[in-house]
Amino acid sequence: MESIAQLLQKIPKYDGLPEMLQALIPIIVSSIVIFALLALAVLFMVWLERKVSAHIQDRLGPMVVGGWHGWAQTIADALKLLLKEDIVPESVDRVLFKMAPFIVFLGAFAAFVVLPFGASSFVTDLNIGILYIVAVSSLSVIGIIMAGWASNNKYSLYGSMRAAAQVISYEIPAAVAIMTVVIYVGSLSMVEIVRAQEGGFLNWFLFRNPFLFLAFIVYFIASLAEVNRTPFDLPEAESELVAGYHTEYSGMRFAFFFLAEYANMFLVSSVAATLFLGGWTAPFSILQFIPGPVVFFVKALVLIFIQMWMRWSLPRLRVDQLMYINWKVLLPISFALILGAGWMAIL
Amino acid sequence: MLTYFRNIGQGILTIVNSMAVASRHLFKPSVTLQYPKEKWAMPERSRMRLHNKVEDCIGCGQCARTCPTDCILVKTEKRGKEEPPVFAADGTAKKLRTYVFDIDMALCCYCGLCTFACPTQCLVMTGDYEYSVYSIDEHIYHFAKEKPLIPAGSKEQSPSKG
Repeated sequence: MESIAQLLQKIPKYDGLPEMLQALIPIIVSSIVIFALLALAVLFMVWLERKVSAHIQDRLGPMVVGGWHGWAQTIADALKLLLKEDIVPESVDRVLFKMAPFIVFLGAFAAFVVLPFGASSFVTDLNIGILYIVAVSSLSVIGIIMAGWASNNKYSLYGSMRAAAQVISYEIPAAVAIMTVVIYVGSLSMVEIVRAQEGGFLNWFLFRNPFLFLAFIVYFIASLAEVNRTPFDLPEAESELVAGYHTEYSGMRFAFFFLAEYANMFLVSSVAATLFLGGWTAPFSILQFIPGPVVFFVKALVLIFIQMWMRWSLPRLRVDQLMYINWKVLLPISFALILGAGWMAIL
Repeated sequence: MLTYFRNIGQGILTIVNSMAVASRHLFKPSVTLQYPKEKWAMPERSRMRLHNKVEDCIGCGQCARTCPTDCILVKTEKRGKEEPPVFAADGTAKKLRTYVFDIDMALCCYCGLCTFACPTQCLVMTGDYEYSVYSIDEHIYHFAKEKPLIPAGSKEQSPSKG
């Protein structure tokens, strides 16, 4: 935000504006910039998902709209969703029903405030950055429960109950895996965490020691469950629950759920890239001429690709298996990892 | 305790295995055919849309008689004695003037019997399979080019079409 504020200073007569506006305009501008970036990233990710899923199944995926490999397919789909009628079923709780998609999206959107895309391109550097992300991203569960409850539909309610159980339980191993990194950095600030990994890929926390490598895997699995991706997509299991918590939604509100889902995917991938893959720092010193945001996006996209790859190769878990993996496997392992990582840090 | 670790190991192995299978398929050439742009070559002697090379048709009406669904309608009249003789490509004299030769492709069952019956081999099945239209009436193809001398309705060689 500092850089945006500096840019805004160059506008003539900007200093003449009232102080409240001067404080407000950078916030509005940076949120618009992040929203635009996010929407673009989501459009690209949806296209990528369709392409990856198609090629894994020996198909081609969208090929027509826009010419080259159907690159404009998601733009057309998004326009269609925005132009559709906003249907509100008769027996829903209207206020909650209308509010829920935006709260779900808010949870994903607010976390982007502290993500460092580059050495100087971030909105703000909170000194409790990663804690803020963990706290804010669990806000979307409230939105999901609101959607499921307000829809007055048993499938929606089942989906949102599962989502709540799953997201809240998997937050624990994810947070403990994040703690292992914090032990080494000694700070919760996202920028500080990246600065601690500067200087080639051997300095990344992923390759520092085996405990951190396993912590990355634990975080990756837990984050898959947090964003309801296959094999943990029980809240929206098509074969059991129609569409889960967004069964009753259509048009723009459905689009917001969709946007939030992919924004969450992008968020957990970016957090993993920041914590374990060195954020904006280049893997080799030769590659340092590449701008930081590009490196960051490439790393996030690689992780997103792995998420998609897993989605199209693994079947969905059962509810009891889901809980088994969390409480009996990931949680003990993450506690062992935090002990091991702490021991290595003292050495 | 041992089964616990064995289960975890087995789980990791199966995940790695299934992801390896998926990645192999990721780089396999796709089986999809981009249909309107690319098409399969149809086998020789495919039985699809009928075509009548009406210049060679002698108007015998055998096709109409052999058709199991009565989808061919042929109407002919005799040529006058003073008219110059007309011949088909294989030398058969065209004694009759075919002024109606309609095929209703919506009724056709693609058996190909009409093409076997045709003495001058002017009625053939082509390999063309893309002829969907908006109205079913457009599936009636009018092949005849000549006009009758005597007003229509006075003479009919072939019975009415189905």
